[in-house]
Amino acid sequence: MDDLRLKILELLREDGRLPPSTIATMLGVDEKTVREAIADMEKKHVIVKYGATINWSKVDDDKVTALIEVQCTPERGRGFEKIAERIYLYPEVKSVYLMSGAYDLLVEIEGKTLKEVASFVSSKLAPIESVISTKTFFILKKYKQDGVIFEELNGDHRLAVSP
Amino acid sequence: MIKQQVKSESEPSTEQGRRRSMADYLADNVKAIPPSGIRRFFDLVSGSKDVISLGVGEPDFVTPWRFRDAAVYSIEKGRTQYTSNAGMPELREAIAEYLHGRFGLTYDPAKEVLVTVGASEAVDLALRALVNPGDEVLIPEPSYVCYSPITTLCGGVVVGIETRPEDEFKLTPAALRAALTPKSKVLILSFPNNPTGAIMTREELLPIAKVVEEHDLIVVADEIYAELTYAGKHVSFASLPGMRDRTVLVSGMSKAFAMTGWRMGYACGHPEIIAAMLKIHQYTVMCAPIMSQVAAIEALRGGMEDMERMVESFNQRRRLIVQGLRDIGLPCHEPQGAFYAFPSIRHTGLSSEQFAERLFREAKVAVVPGNVFGKGGEGFLRCSYATSPTLLQEALERIGKFLQTL
Repeated sequence: MDDLRLKILELLREDGRLPPSTIATMLGVDEKTVREAIADMEKKHVIVKYGATINWSKVDDDKVTALIEVQCTPERGRGFEKIAERIYLYPEVKSVYLMSGAYDLLVEIEGKTLKEVASFVSSKLAPIESVISTKTFFILKKYKQDGVIFEELNGDHRLAVSP
Repeated sequence: MIKQQVKSESEPSTEQGRRRSMADYLADNVKAIPPSGIRRFFDLVSGSKDVISLGVGEPDFVTPWRFRDAAVYSIEKGRTQYTSNAGMPELREAIAEYLHGRFGLTYDPAKEVLVTVGASEAVDLALRALVNPGDEVLIPEPSYVCYSPITTLCGGVVVGIETRPEDEFKLTPAALRAALTPKSKVLILSFPNNPTGAIMTREELLPIAKVVEEHDLIVVADEIYAELTYAGKHVSFASLPGMRDRTVLVSGMSKAFAMTGWRMGYACGHPEIIAAMLKIHQYTVMCAPIMSQVAAIEALRGGMEDMERMVESFNQRRRLIVQGLRDIGLPCHEPQGAFYAFPSIRHTGLSSEQFAERLFREAKVAVVPGNVFGKGGEGFLRCSYATSPTLLQEALERIGKFLQTL
């Protein structure tokens, strides 16, 4: 991928609301070039979605997130694709990764309560035929996500005016 | 009782039997230097809320964690002692390697590199080592605020050379020649420049070097913003033919490596000048703090990616502010270094101070009036763009609205 596109992606990852005109000025290119690059990357699903990073612990309606290590038997000729699909189609499942190491899939699940997540694992995930075992880890606190430290210790401590 | 008597006999009766006013105790050369104009503006601005400050002379990045971690680790290991006066040998080597790799300079770490408490101390040492009472120090202005008072403290004579917007605030050989007298001794070169953002290319420096040679001057080159050069690569004055031994190179970690509070600077030059500076340094500060030196080693040896990432980000915001200032009707030459834009407000009819003060009170944006940077600064504002793009745009909007009320 060319350098310009990488720079556009880096800027959008930090602030998805940056308008193309601003990005164009910041990178010293014309706006049309930026618009076309973004449109093309959206079309090719390089840019998949624009969202917000939210610190849910500050919202009353708190959420429970769990990471589940899943060991499973791959299918002949299809590897883990089919089983991964069976898992990621559930809306409760926020992400699914194929992993190297002691287990195969890492599944991130979000629910309203601990009970809801536990019941999803026992009633939906564990019974899948090729699943051998699951280990569920509840996330107790998020310190940093998407490169952002939630309880920012730093802030701007600079003097308002300095030489 | 005795105290009482002394008091009644003394001329201006002051507290505790002093016969002089406090000001009378102060040294004349200290009284001769004016308080910093930035200080006045700082007092005005500090403490107010909802103000967007474009007045900050330091990066908005916190020192990268790996540099901080190196310092923390060394503190944990109990490395809390003095270092050799000139700085840790390992740091001096790292500085020499860095300057060689980035700017093609060659210095012997044992004799030609001195680690100082910020580049500010290096400027102070250089001028104290070079200036005799009556010597003239040539200072292109607008410039950073320390050169002229330090010269005065040394008993030297300040000769300001005005750089002009039509020359993009670069020093021209003609302006330099016009300022020369038989007493000219030191030329300060601070490019990339705070506050104008001006840089000087090799082609522009060569004729300056010629004048320096002809008139047998010595140069103090404050190149603290060297890495923050956005048009081509920074050319160090000391790298020009014949200029190495005529130049005291001053730089440091503050700007490019986001290490302002660590106070890490250095000076490089001819061994005799460095030895003279070291003599003052060892009597006055002994050595720079060891934990800062450890962090600087980490930064110079493994921090280039962090530094380049920050420089790229400054460059993006530079384009944003220059375009933004022009869009709202403030003429702004293109700053090619440092992290300041220096727009003109001459057409508003207000002085820099009036504009800055009203902008602060009426639009809640803090900038630094150009006049505090010496000759040629009147009619301009220094706007630091070391601030997030969102805040920059908000500030530009506020300035734009303020301009419409004038």
